[in-house]
Amino acid sequence: MGDKVYAGINCNVDDNGYLTDFNQWNKEVGAAIAQEEGIDMTDDHWKVVDYIQTQYKNEVPLTIRKIGKSGVVDIKTFYALFPDGPLKKASRISGIPKPVSCI
Amino acid sequence: MKKLVILGAGTSGTMMANHLHDKLPKDWSLTIVDKDETHYYQPGFLFIPFDIYKPKQVKKSIDQFIPKNVELIHSAIDRVDKDADQVLLKNGNVIDYDLLIIATGTNIEPSEIQGMDGPEWHKSIFDFYTFEGAKNLRNKLREWEGGKLVVHIAEMPIKCPVAPLEFSFLADSFFINKDMRDKVEITYVTPMDGAFTKPKASKELGYLLEEKNISIVPNFNIEKVDYENNKIVDYGGKEVEYDLLVTVPTNMGDPMVERSGFGDDLNFVPTDKATLQSKVKENIFVIGDATNIPASKAGSVAHFEAEILTDNILRYIDGQPLKEEFDGHANCFIETGHGKALLIDFNYSTEPVTGTFPLPGVGPLRLLKESHMNHMGKLAFRWIYWNMLIKGRHIPFVSSTMSTSGKDLEEVEA
Repeated sequence: MGDKVYAGINCNVDDNGYLTDFNQWNKEVGAAIAQEEGIDMTDDHWKVVDYIQTQYKNEVPLTIRKIGKSGVVDIKTFYALFPDGPLKKASRISGIPKPVSCI
Repeated sequence: MKKLVILGAGTSGTMMANHLHDKLPKDWSLTIVDKDETHYYQPGFLFIPFDIYKPKQVKKSIDQFIPKNVELIHSAIDRVDKDADQVLLKNGNVIDYDLLIIATGTNIEPSEIQGMDGPEWHKSIFDFYTFEGAKNLRNKLREWEGGKLVVHIAEMPIKCPVAPLEFSFLADSFFINKDMRDKVEITYVTPMDGAFTKPKASKELGYLLEEKNISIVPNFNIEKVDYENNKIVDYGGKEVEYDLLVTVPTNMGDPMVERSGFGDDLNFVPTDKATLQSKVKENIFVIGDATNIPASKAGSVAHFEAEILTDNILRYIDGQPLKEEFDGHANCFIETGHGKALLIDFNYSTEPVTGTFPLPGVGPLRLLKESHMNHMGKLAFRWIYWNMLIKGRHIPFVSSTMSTSGKDLEEVEA
């Protein structure tokens, strides 16, 4: 737990750098987190972020498969947009919690 | 006469039949439908490959667990017609219902991954989530001379998320006991970012993989099995070579759910996570692995759900508001090999922590720590399952919602 400033906003983050309060997220914050991940956001990136946030708000658990079938992006492109651990990186940039298992 | 129909006579369906058969009002009848004749103790599948359990110890006939005043129909299910309140059976019969409980569980679907379900299936590529898979893998391990053992999870969610980890630990013990551990490389391949994903568990248990000399490949999202060259390939181009691949394929709900037209993309039924009423129609309830709720897919979760669902079914019949009580409670033993096990207890909002269970401060079981006592608990659980759990008998000191007493919660955020 700690604080971090993204785009001039003081954000609460967990040990892995994920926002703990989705209300602190805006597009500028997302772009600043993406910079840390080495990603320059494009329209295609934002379409994925928008899809992920909609699913999160509806309490639908996210999987790579689901994103691949979303019509927003196929799995290969998802990897190209967010290389090496796309769901993890895209979740962090979207301001939602890290995907976890039961332990 | 009004009619309650339960689809599926596995762990959840059988528990519900036992809970409800003497609690329903006199003008209600109870019917349960399943295509199979055999009830499997699924947690026992883990032990079969290592010759710890014999296959006959994990199977009994379904009939002996269904109360006499419940109608048991042996037929495959074609689909539910939710608008007509009817179940259409594969044998051509139609059952009208007033209230429906879907308990059709989840299955492995190796055909979802290219190359998995091909000519090497059950030759060099195995599952241990089915009775046949566990038995065939046992036969393979009896004669296997060593090499690269890869234990792999295709994608989440899976039934019993800790089982592949337990398999890795038991494999380490098994090969040590066979005096051939130096001939086996064990690699754990997961789509998650580690073997342990929650802070407390990572801190307490991170040592286990290193201690057992198991290497880990995280963030691996499988695209295909290249069975001609003995390797698995992920979407990012990463490759892991194997001689023996033990995989947990994609888990999906019953195809009956898809044919009924109300499943999600993995055929799980949209369900309210606190009441267990479906989001499909108000007279359809869902329990166990068939739901899409964000709880673990495990028998212990189904056990706790069953107590709350029983209340809610009776409330629904009585016209009372449903209790929003299910908190995602799960309680699982985790084998770590060499006669030891861990115990974890958690729910939707509280991650597994250290402490004592079930009696606060006393135990005798310790949470999130390895002990021989926990292992004995896991082995004793087979008896509890057959004699208490699926018969709907309450297990002393263990409540359906999670207790915070005896748990070290000070550092944990809800």
